[in-house]
Amino acid sequence: MTGPSPRAAGAAASASAHPAIDAVGLTRRFGLFTAVDAITFHVAPGEVFGFLGANGAGKTTAMRILTGLLAPSAGSATVAGFSVATEAREIRRNIGYMSQKFSLYDDLTVRENIDFYGGIYGLDDATIAERRELLLDRLGLASRARALVGTLPLGWKQQLAFSVALLHEPRVVFLDEPTGGVDPITRRRFWELIYETAAAGTAVLVTTHYLDEAEYCDRLSIMVDGRIAAMGTPEDVRRDAGVATLDELFLRLMRPGAAA
Amino acid sequence: MKAATREPAGVGSGAAHPATNVGAAVQARGLTKRFGSVLALDHVSFEVAPGELFGFIGPDGAGKTTLFRLLTSLYLPDEGESRVIGHDPATDMWALRRRLGYMPGRFSLYPDLTVIENLQFYASVFDTTVAAQMDTIEPIWRQLAPFAGRRAAALSGGMKQKLALCCALVHSPSILFLDEPTTGVDAVSRREFWDLLARLREGGMTMLVSTPYMDEASRCDRVALMQQGRILRIDRPSAVRAAFPRPLLAVTAAGEGAAVRIGLLAALREHPDAASVWPFGSTLHFTDRRAGPDPARLATELGEWLAARGIAATVRPISATIEDAFMWDMTSAEPAA
Repeated sequence: MTGPSPRAAGAAASASAHPAIDAVGLTRRFGLFTAVDAITFHVAPGEVFGFLGANGAGKTTAMRILTGLLAPSAGSATVAGFSVATEAREIRRNIGYMSQKFSLYDDLTVRENIDFYGGIYGLDDATIAERRELLLDRLGLASRARALVGTLPLGWKQQLAFSVALLHEPRVVFLDEPTGGVDPITRRRFWELIYETAAAGTAVLVTTHYLDEAEYCDRLSIMVDGRIAAMGTPEDVRRDAGVATLDELFLRLMRPGAAA
Repeated sequence: MKAATREPAGVGSGAAHPATNVGAAVQARGLTKRFGSVLALDHVSFEVAPGELFGFIGPDGAGKTTLFRLLTSLYLPDEGESRVIGHDPATDMWALRRRLGYMPGRFSLYPDLTVIENLQFYASVFDTTVAAQMDTIEPIWRQLAPFAGRRAAALSGGMKQKLALCCALVHSPSILFLDEPTTGVDAVSRREFWDLLARLREGGMTMLVSTPYMDEASRCDRVALMQQGRILRIDRPSAVRAAFPRPLLAVTAAGEGAAVRIGLLAALREHPDAASVWPFGSTLHFTDRRAGPDPARLATELGEWLAARGIAATVRPISATIEDAFMWDMTSAEPAA
């Protein structure tokens, strides 16, 4: 569908020395409650990293810190080489973010959404026009450029939202439950887009409730009560825990009392 | 989506049912529903036996919610007819509504009421009390009781779903409709919810459950695979998997990383006998277009074919998952238009 863009490929080569995300002892407290409790992990350029955990485990808080929206209480993290504590603006310019819940404006056309986000990301008109045509072509959406986004099937919307989050060629992209509700073929097409993006050097951090989807990641972490309870390749994580499936491991971590 | 809410006097099919199977808990014949130019449900027919846990598996837009609203008397069909525990939802809604439990997909509770207040409210709607129904709801109530005084809005996703189930059960219905009860809920809470449904099933409850999660199919007695308003297939989950009509091979790249996966994917799609190649977690699933050959031999040949192209990978024959079967049905049943 697409080849690596020269800039992204170059970034991958030059940035491979230091991680796309580097969190050390990252902590966030709300009053007496510790939502994120000294988590340490890194994500390499071009890596697909699964960020898993139950509802309320601290994933969302950690994501908000890593995207520069929330300051940590302790510890440190850099994203795309910038400190989350002191360089939040630079981080937001160098990351992409896509969520199942909100990404595009339903009442704007495909083209208007692309142009709007291109402007937000500070791209000039010529660059926006060039990338817009490439994007429409790659997604096979050229004939629908003037359609309202609200009229597109969910799967197309998700692929468009992902591509828009990559318009400014960020070094790290955050995907928050990107593929809910779509059919299995559309879901796989989406993962192929993720792989293409990662192969071009962009680091991808993805949260999901589909444990089978975690198996698509190069590495993953599982958060429990604010801490990282397991981390590694899907295979390593299963083997270290002595379980056949991630489902089994999840159950053991979330409900220590319950025998599987 | 907007739809005319039904009139109590019902203008749908009031004719007597053919009643081909008087013992069925649910019978649907050619149920069809349009919203303007959108065909939400396209001539859907099936039967559910008493005591069966029947799953409707499919993505958003498959027609699951529309189907449930027809069967629970909230919509009238444009065509077709149905019978639910002896009642026609189109003409006999008041009798039916007292006897069915319905858990809608969206959070249906009162966020400002506490857990026990929500339950008391739903009980009172049906002229009963929580105490009188304790036998029915006890397995679920036991998990909710520690949070009895908490406002529903402050519950976790999994607990909200358990409370909604409890509310749908509090009038001791004869049949339960659960529309995507586990969507957006974490994996452990999903498993616990299905454990509760298994307990209800042991008690003889008839249940129709919809879900977008393919892995939940195995918890059902039978499943209907749904896509774009149509039922692709109805069978036991094991039979759905066993019916996969082609050799299926799992291919695992020797290396790691996205570039390796994309390279392998692209190479396999060039294979002259590839019917489909899709990523499946850390492996790729390769469906051979030839129905006959021995899968073990095909695996060896495919491994050699890749090796000849300088690609190191392991290939082994596997049995199909529900997702493999769903994708096969989706692509082979694609409408001509």
